[in-house]
Amino acid sequence: MQRYIVQRFVQGLFLLVLVAAVVFFLGRLTGNPADLMLPEDATPEDRAALIRTLGLDRPYHEQFLIFIANALRGDLGESIRYRRPAVALFFSRLPNTLKLVPPAMAVALAMAIPLGVLSAVYRGTLLDRLAGVIAVLGLATPNFWLGILLIYIFSVQLGWLPSARMGGIRHYILPTITLGTFLVAGLMRLIRSSMLEVLDSEFVKLARIKGLSETAVIWRHCLRNALIPVLTLAGVFLAALVTGAIVTETVFAWPGIGRLTFEAVIFRDYPLLQAVVILDAVLVLFINLVVDVLYAYIDPRIRYT
Amino acid sequence: MLKTPPQRVEPPLARQEPGPRGRRSLPWTSLFIIAAMVFVALFAPLLTPHSPIDQSLPNKLRPPFWQEGGTLTYPLGTDTFGRDIFTRLCYGARVSLLVAACALLVGGGVGLVIGILAGYLGGRVDSLLMRLVDAALAFPTILFALLLAVTMGQGLRTLVIAVSLILWARFARVIRGEVLALKTRDFIALATVHGCSHLRIMAVHILPNVLNTFVILLTLHVGVVILAEASLSFLGAGIPPPMPSWGLMVAEGRGKIASAWWISLLPGIAITLVVLAFNLFGDWLRDRLDPKLRQL
Repeated sequence: MQRYIVQRFVQGLFLLVLVAAVVFFLGRLTGNPADLMLPEDATPEDRAALIRTLGLDRPYHEQFLIFIANALRGDLGESIRYRRPAVALFFSRLPNTLKLVPPAMAVALAMAIPLGVLSAVYRGTLLDRLAGVIAVLGLATPNFWLGILLIYIFSVQLGWLPSARMGGIRHYILPTITLGTFLVAGLMRLIRSSMLEVLDSEFVKLARIKGLSETAVIWRHCLRNALIPVLTLAGVFLAALVTGAIVTETVFAWPGIGRLTFEAVIFRDYPLLQAVVILDAVLVLFINLVVDVLYAYIDPRIRYT
Repeated sequence: MLKTPPQRVEPPLARQEPGPRGRRSLPWTSLFIIAAMVFVALFAPLLTPHSPIDQSLPNKLRPPFWQEGGTLTYPLGTDTFGRDIFTRLCYGARVSLLVAACALLVGGGVGLVIGILAGYLGGRVDSLLMRLVDAALAFPTILFALLLAVTMGQGLRTLVIAVSLILWARFARVIRGEVLALKTRDFIALATVHGCSHLRIMAVHILPNVLNTFVILLTLHVGVVILAEASLSFLGAGIPPPMPSWGLMVAEGRGKIASAWWISLLPGIAITLVVLAFNLFGDWLRDRLDPKLRQL
């Protein structure tokens, strides 16, 4: 188990260096990053000074080492727009995203699990087809548009819910639904197909022969096993969640890291965007590591493969 | 609700299950929507007298014709700059299709090559490439796409590269699986015995056999690409304004949602319809040509 964790950790570290390298070279691919970092009204003297302080006149491999060294010290540059260290900015916004994600996950699971399970159990019936239609529609609807549609219906027309920014519990409803539905279709399909597989296995037959009620067979014995593939793909869903958060927070002016990413893009705030990408990568890799370890803990077969 | 369970009499999964979405006739509705989109994109300048870019401020914020104040001159209304929504939708279809075609060729092509290399060569190459694929799938690649837009500047080229970044890993993984199965077949062994080089085996013996899967993957991903393009444009990292793109149009109407819903909501409906049509068509094609790919 320890060896496994260490192995995963080293892998994660390697990937992180890879991400840092991609970010680093993307900035240099298209010219001097100093131009991306300077405000538009900067003088040539400013530019020369920035190039010197950032060490941009040195060879690339040296620059990369400096970049990594600075990153390890928690210095990923300063945001042009906010004139604050990008790392501090990221961590000041992170809590707002973390407040949005768990309810969204809950919404996604609360919709995907029953729909997936029931459409597998009642395969081929009207219910299954209805769930299929929901999945197909869910995969085709752009999330940013769904958010705007919800605002139009519930804020503009009905006037029931606030359309933007953080606040009381009512501010959470629309963003949570928007972000949650981002995952529902994929989750539902996955749960349905793995449920179908599990329903067909020997231990389910045994459970039935033992005389367990159908409810117990499905919700206790099958569902648990059907959720294992969901955990395997947790990394993929996490990546989707980050993407969804960028779009959702943009639509609802939610001051989290997704909105920060959007601001960095539209204001061409390169140092900020660079920092957000690297810190997002750290976050994603860390959560993946935790999931992998949890997974190995739950399912011992994983450790030995 | 589950007190009376249904009698499970379906055949076991091992048998080829046609399922509720099994043998179906051609998906006519999808084909119609796709054909309409291609038609509108090709003949955009003939279909509408307006320019997609020129502003006409006296005519700004006209509602669609069925609402009070709307005229048939601007059937779907106008935006904040007085540009006709219908015209911009037509020209936006061009952008979507163009980006989709280019990105599928580039991203799908890269995925195809990597999948064949990984599957055929196996060993270290395979495990390294698949690590990268796993990493790409578990990493929000949209971040790299946004980064690209900021460093390279907005434009068609950036957009195609950005969307390709999202695509290649999905292709590579499926193609590799196919190649692994092909590799154990006798004709590959015979080709090796015959003295074919690795390159020749990959190009002449493997490639034609995965083309079928490749085409299915292409069809299944048109919708993904259109959605990705729209999302990037919405986030200000796609086609630069004033060029019309559906995602950009949704973004432009966002601030006017309370007074002029049509600017934002109509392009969104177009996106949903088209993606839906391409997805359903892709599903149909997959079930028809290669049902074992159903889990995609």
